[in-house]
Amino acid sequence: MKILVCISKSPDTTSKISFSDQNTKFDESGVQYIVNPYDEWYALVRALEIKESVGGSVTIITVGTQADDPIIRKALAIGADNAVRVDAQPSDAFYTAKQLSEYAKENAYDLILLGKETINYNGSQVGGMMAQLLDMPFISVASKLEVNGDSLTLESEVPGGIEVYEVLTPCVVSCAKGMAEQRIPNMRGIMAARTKPLSVVSPVDCQNLTSVVSYELPNEKSECKMIDPDNMDQLVDLLHGEAKVI
Amino acid sequence: MILVYINTLNGIGKSSYEAVTYAKKMGDSVVVLTNGNEEESNLSSLGDYGAEKVMIHREITSFESGQICDLISKVAEQHGINTIVFSHDHVSKAVAPMLSTRLSAGLVPGAISLPDSNGHIDVNVFSGKAIAKVSINSDKKIISLLPNSIPLEKNETTCVVEDLSLDLCEAKIKLLSKKELEGDIPLPEAELVVSAGRGLKGPENWGMVEDLAKTMGAATACSRPVSDIGWRPHHEHVGQTGIAIRPNLYIAAGISGAIQHLAGVNGSKVIVVINTDPEAPFFKAADYGIIGDAFEVLPKLNESMKKFMAQNN
Repeated sequence: MKILVCISKSPDTTSKISFSDQNTKFDESGVQYIVNPYDEWYALVRALEIKESVGGSVTIITVGTQADDPIIRKALAIGADNAVRVDAQPSDAFYTAKQLSEYAKENAYDLILLGKETINYNGSQVGGMMAQLLDMPFISVASKLEVNGDSLTLESEVPGGIEVYEVLTPCVVSCAKGMAEQRIPNMRGIMAARTKPLSVVSPVDCQNLTSVVSYELPNEKSECKMIDPDNMDQLVDLLHGEAKVI
Repeated sequence: MILVYINTLNGIGKSSYEAVTYAKKMGDSVVVLTNGNEEESNLSSLGDYGAEKVMIHREITSFESGQICDLISKVAEQHGINTIVFSHDHVSKAVAPMLSTRLSAGLVPGAISLPDSNGHIDVNVFSGKAIAKVSINSDKKIISLLPNSIPLEKNETTCVVEDLSLDLCEAKIKLLSKKELEGDIPLPEAELVVSAGRGLKGPENWGMVEDLAKTMGAATACSRPVSDIGWRPHHEHVGQTGIAIRPNLYIAAGISGAIQHLAGVNGSKVIVVINTDPEAPFFKAADYGIIGDAFEVLPKLNESMKKFMAQNN
């Protein structure tokens, strides 16, 4: 099975989030980037497991600049065969989906996997957009994926339960927790990643559908009010009278 | 005219009424589109919040993202609609981006505000650690509203329900089966949530969490370690890799408040933290804190809550 895994970079979970240029740009100074956890832990690792059981190849792709090569090498160290970087600064979800789809279209993949969202923009947009651009079915937020020949069995959590679907390849699947377990790259993987092929392709022309005008930080929480553990009546009073949430 | 697409396959929830309220507040007439088997009397309740008409396509009875996208797209074209509103749920996360591409309509996923005077809409980014103002550059616009972001507002309107027949693209995703899970309040919609972590020491101790939740009419949630070791089901896990929620009240017992957990709950309006460790980082994000043992505090809180409920209901 020929699998394409789309990855994105995101700031390390513990990064301090701040903005520059009158709050119009994410301030990258001192920020450590990682592979977006949903793309890495779930999409990439599941792709590798499928390759290990039924054979095939795993290619990773991202839209980014040369500065993003370290996260591509990280993904290669986990086990992907080769990587592609579309040489552009992603400017919105549609722009990104368009670039990824153009490459996917020319290279006929059986399965396209990506995380359910990134932890920086949390938009859940790119997978569905790619499916539409490639005219493939789209299964979102899947927590299980099994391959049986050219058909897939998938599970997704929905309100009140889990639904099980069947779909034929080629298709696009966005991956959530449950799909696979995180893999830590070993020394051999890290060494091998240095020489695995990374091809850089040029972007196609594309107009953004949306843009971020500015950012702001949420209001600072006021001081935490401490309540005596023996006085829960007071807490209930405060929740009712002061906070007005009950 | 604004078109609101609502998923009614799992019933009509509060988030559906919020989406209609939101569309109505944008100041235009509101028409709802859905699919499935929901009864007419339930559908017409959307009129309480301002919907003039509900169109239902009864042949799509499962979550088939391609067919639902085709349905919305055809209805939008027929009626010359430029603005489509969703509730940000599992259906819109699949369908809205597909529709955005098909209609060349910019999408704002997880909106938490109405468009301001410049048409800019707020969304949470960086897992709730910041807010972005987003502008849509296209004439056609799609907004998917994060549950619990705006208060419901009644707007009694006579609402007609109309069965729709439309030829749609072929279904490519087949629903094989559905496993039901226990718990009656869906976590993303819950206004009140009681959550607990490793501090509870074992799954057998969850009775006091469930008792308090039952008294308050709250949903239950848990931290990641607790769902990873199987004390609680995965769908209760809130945090970075679980689900993000923004209830009015989040009560956390025996959870230290790691940054990954906070990412899933920092949109809560009020946070109450119960922990034996005064240095627990969660207190920094809390509005009310109790330094104490959950095993003693939760039953006491339940008693006080029962008294309050008896007086106020």
